[in-house]
Amino acid sequence: MDTSRFERLGECQWQVPASPPMRVPAVIYAGEALIRDMDGKVLEQLCNVAALPGIVGRACAMPDAHWGYGFPIGGVAAFDPADGGVVSAGGVGFDISCGVRMLRTGIRRDAVAAVAQRLAGVLYRAIPAGVGSTGAIRLGDDEMEAMLAGGARWAVERGWGEPADLERIEEGGCMAGAEPAQVSARARKRQQREMGTLGSGNHYLEVQHVTEVYDAAVAAGLGLARGDVVVSIHCGSRGLGHQIGTEYLREMVIAAPRYGIRLPDRELACAPIDSPAGQAYLGAMRAGINCALANRQILHHLTREAFAGVLPEARLDLLYDVSHNTCKSETHAIDGRHRNVFVHRKGATRAFGPGHPDLPAALREIGQPVIIGGSMGTASYVLIGTRESEALSWGSACHGAGRRMSRRQASRSWNGRQVVDELAARGIIVRSPSQRGVAEEAPGAYKDVSAVVESAERAGLARRVVRVEPLITIKG
Amino acid sequence: MAARWEHFEHQADIGVRGRGPTRESAFEQAALALTAVVADLSAVRPRELVTVHCMAPDDELLLCDWLNALVYEMAVRGMLFSRYSVSIDNGRLEGLAWGEPVDRPRHHPAVEVKGATLTALRVTHAAGEWLAECVVDV
Repeated sequence: MDTSRFERLGECQWQVPASPPMRVPAVIYAGEALIRDMDGKVLEQLCNVAALPGIVGRACAMPDAHWGYGFPIGGVAAFDPADGGVVSAGGVGFDISCGVRMLRTGIRRDAVAAVAQRLAGVLYRAIPAGVGSTGAIRLGDDEMEAMLAGGARWAVERGWGEPADLERIEEGGCMAGAEPAQVSARARKRQQREMGTLGSGNHYLEVQHVTEVYDAAVAAGLGLARGDVVVSIHCGSRGLGHQIGTEYLREMVIAAPRYGIRLPDRELACAPIDSPAGQAYLGAMRAGINCALANRQILHHLTREAFAGVLPEARLDLLYDVSHNTCKSETHAIDGRHRNVFVHRKGATRAFGPGHPDLPAALREIGQPVIIGGSMGTASYVLIGTRESEALSWGSACHGAGRRMSRRQASRSWNGRQVVDELAARGIIVRSPSQRGVAEEAPGAYKDVSAVVESAERAGLARRVVRVEPLITIKG
Repeated sequence: MAARWEHFEHQADIGVRGRGPTRESAFEQAALALTAVVADLSAVRPRELVTVHCMAPDDELLLCDWLNALVYEMAVRGMLFSRYSVSIDNGRLEGLAWGEPVDRPRHHPAVEVKGATLTALRVTHAAGEWLAECVVDV
């Protein structure tokens, strides 16, 4: 990206001032190398977002930002309903509440190394992954309704998990304000065989070990130490969320002129928060969040069962569950005044700092864990939210490595078998139903996740706590 | 001018593009490109017929609806399609899709499509050729 349009406000803070039709500035948080490597479309899309009705403060992009749908992936923007603010289906994305759940096993790397092949096999059989895989759970009409209203809380009540899990999930595991009635019959049908499935693409389950500790005190507060084994589950709301995104994006495109909204691009389709279309989407989207929370809860339970057969001493307590495709009603200080705004995070993780009232009691003194998934051959990170991020990015940080190369380029550059063999030589076991899928997700197809989290830290969005590296990857 | 399909680059996802002498053939080719995102087209046998209907106020939304209808049918039926026939009349599309249930050992499906997006969405007619394209989220 050409940086000549930016004012550099700090080492990792680049701003394009507001000029019509932009209502607020556009700010990208990234180191110089990352921003130069970013697609110019990110700034174009961010400036378009900055022009939407009711946007407040600034339109932000995280260090892992890349070209998305209307909003850049890695985009964060807040809208005030009292100022005609909008909600955008594209600003949340198709995979509503896609996120990462990290589990502490209570066991050490050596214990896993001794049974790694067996554990990989058991997990691969236990976790439905990839195109055409189906879950064992079939929900009737009443249970579907209860799941959409209850999220992970519903799953725990039905036996897929433990009550203590709920304390470590955003929103306590249940997104308030969900309106199952706004979720279509087609969206429900699409979910029928997909409850408790991982999906495909960049979704995964990984057994990882802590290889580096950056902040020993916070790591200890999160129950992490070098050599500890954790499990990360990256997936979202499956077919139900995809269908909600599809249907409401279309509806908003058609409804926008009715609300006097002129879109520079149809993909920015949105509706006023206080309109019937906006409220219907929010109700459906929140039900989609609950679907994602329930799905990750079920996968957590399946993982517990799989571990119990191989490593019965493992506990698999929930460290934290983050969602990185959401729109949430939050209170933020704007010009010295607390205002209720609707914060869109599209490929961005909430990163509330210590003392934030929305954090569970056990984490309030530490801050929110920010779980950043890398590519399968490299590393993932646990960061911790900062108070500064409130003013910088509505309390948000990055979400992953971000792609460096398209799927097509990746599948032309690597062969799946070769990727699996190379990772095996480094002690990483990959199990996937699709060799092409593995090639498309080859480590080299992603940006350097370390550079992304370093940028996030230097920008003040979140601080590094630990780095984890994979031992076993189950890939959809 | 022969009908044909291709993929085009998008950093996170992938674009599907159909070209043909008629709007209908371009839509059919875009659908073939959609299947090819998931699996090798030549491995999918056109054994079972599924019909879809959509209606939209313009050609671009109609393309998006057509591809999304196929994404939906693939998901709920657990099928892949390798042959398509489209007729369009006054904003109304009648589509026929022939395919078979996903057979993972034979199809080696790489990735599921979440939805057709409005990104890079275009339906154009120039120099006797129709083009229909958009980015799909995977």
